[in-house]
Amino acid sequence: MPKITYVEYGGREHRVEVPLGLSVMRGAVDNNIPGIDADCGGECACATCHVYIDQEWLGVTGMPVPGSQEASMLSFAALAQPNSRLSCQLKVSEALDGLVVRLPEGQH
Amino acid sequence: MTAPLDAPHVDVDSIPLDRMDVSDPKLYQDDVWWPYFARLRREAPVHYCRQSLYGPYWSLTKYKDIMQVEVNHQVYSSASELGGIAVEDQPKDMDRPSFIRMDPPKHDEQRMVVSPVVAPGNLANMEGVIRERTARVLDGLPRGETFDWVDRVSVELTTMMLATLFDYPFEDRRQLTYWSDVAIANVRSPDAPVHSEEEKFAELTKMTEALGKLFNERAQQPPKFDLLSMLAHSEATRNMPFREFMGTLSLLIVGGNDTTRNSMTGGLMALNEHPSEYQKLRDDPSLIPSMVSEVIRYVTPVIHMRRTATADGEIGGKHVKKGDKVVMWYVSGNRDPDAIEDPDNFIIDRPRPRQHLSFGFGIHRCVGNRLAELQLRILWEEIMQRYPVIEVMGPAKRVYSNFIHGIRSLPVRIPA
Ligand code: HEM
Ligand code: FES
Repeated sequence: MPKITYVEYGGREHRVEVPLGLSVMRGAVDNNIPGIDADCGGECACATCHVYIDQEWLGVTGMPVPGSQEASMLSFAALAQPNSRLSCQLKVSEALDGLVVRLPEGQH
Repeated sequence: MTAPLDAPHVDVDSIPLDRMDVSDPKLYQDDVWWPYFARLRREAPVHYCRQSLYGPYWSLTKYKDIMQVEVNHQVYSSASELGGIAVEDQPKDMDRPSFIRMDPPKHDEQRMVVSPVVAPGNLANMEGVIRERTARVLDGLPRGETFDWVDRVSVELTTMMLATLFDYPFEDRRQLTYWSDVAIANVRSPDAPVHSEEEKFAELTKMTEALGKLFNERAQQPPKFDLLSMLAHSEATRNMPFREFMGTLSLLIVGGNDTTRNSMTGGLMALNEHPSEYQKLRDDPSLIPSMVSEVIRYVTPVIHMRRTATADGEIGGKHVKKGDKVVMWYVSGNRDPDAIEDPDNFIIDRPRPRQHLSFGFGIHRCVGNRLAELQLRILWEEIMQRYPVIEVMGPAKRVYSNFIHGIRSLPVRIPA
């Protein structure tokens, strides 16, 4: 199973295995990792599963398509950066094995 | 849900299905809405009401159908020109646009102006002030006598918060409460503060002038971190036409006020109606954050939001036509057993308590949702440190509205 590392705002790291096909958001929620709220349960409708993608992974995860629902939801996340993604829109694949995502100060 | 004893008894099942009209504000004032939606969810989850005081409209009663419309703002518009966000249109020549009644791109530009004030970093800064005020208000409450929780606690705390967000003169803060009540008033209700749309517009004009004066002053000063200063210093909002300025002020006043106020009151009621949950809370106050989300779901402070279809489409197997009014009944989606387990029960330690519709979803999702949760969390933390028991002494008086689930007064007593 691919391993994903979630880094809390305070720096604490959680390295967990996430089954193929689940979302990166689901991997955090199912492992009770604090800092990803996912209020809408993965419908791309709340922006409370916001994460920052480590620079070297951006080529693999890609960026949200301009004008997409993800891009517009992210544009309201107060702490959004150019490397922001909504983790419910990232599907776990072999290619994401080793992915590192960092969590923002808070979800909003 | 138990209906108040004095509410008229209606056999909901005997109403012809096509005559079911859940837009009647009386259903919410009498707190008898529950069986209407239970029937619609069962028999006609996407329901067309041909005739109502507000014209024909579609009702969405299931969580998933509401979500489908929330995320499809391309087709389901919030635009003021099409009628806006409530089943009742604002009168054409008195409509008051604001970003909640706009579609992208203008919605996005304006929302981004105000959202920093309620972003995580700023909330952390506000926590101390909110806690200190909450403590002061609670310490001042009488013991062993009945008083109105709404006036002494819910209105007082939310009004203080509003005054802070606007940096409005603190001693005049109840003026903000009054304008909020005016802005949401149903002018057909005998106990409303205004009795015609003209009178409402005139009162809101006074509000706009008073706040406009502060806005102009702040435009001349260096930018500060309050809503008026932020509006005054941003390209997207500094030159709003009068009615749009009025609408924006109303949105920011009502948005942050009534909803949180009614959650503060509704939470105390829910705990009193469910003594075993109240006991759970006393035994384990660490449940407060999860209880706060459950209170917001259970109370559902905003009854509905409305959209207007800008193209033909399908929702839950029904054909919705361009121009149709589509009403998302949050009160019903939050009680949908296909989305939420045992939804009619108030359970303070639910799994995934934030998965509810009370804040909406999609691009209009409540910008203040984390602030509202913060205020409620602090309130309950401070209450539980002081008053393990607060008794509800009589029925709540509710507001005549199909939009804001308002509670006007609630008699309570803290044992001596
Ligand atoms: C328990 C308390 C609250 C509830 C239940 C609530 C509910 C809602 C709902 C249902 C919407 C519309 C969502 C949609 O159309 O999908 C909304 C939008 C909004 N709320 Fe709240 N609200 C609350 C507290 C607050 C607070 C504290 C503030 C301000 C500080 C606020 C400001 C706003 C604003 C400005 C919007 C418009 C957002 C937009 O159109 O992009 N609300 N709220
Ligand atoms: S979980 Fe809501 S947007 Fe990702």
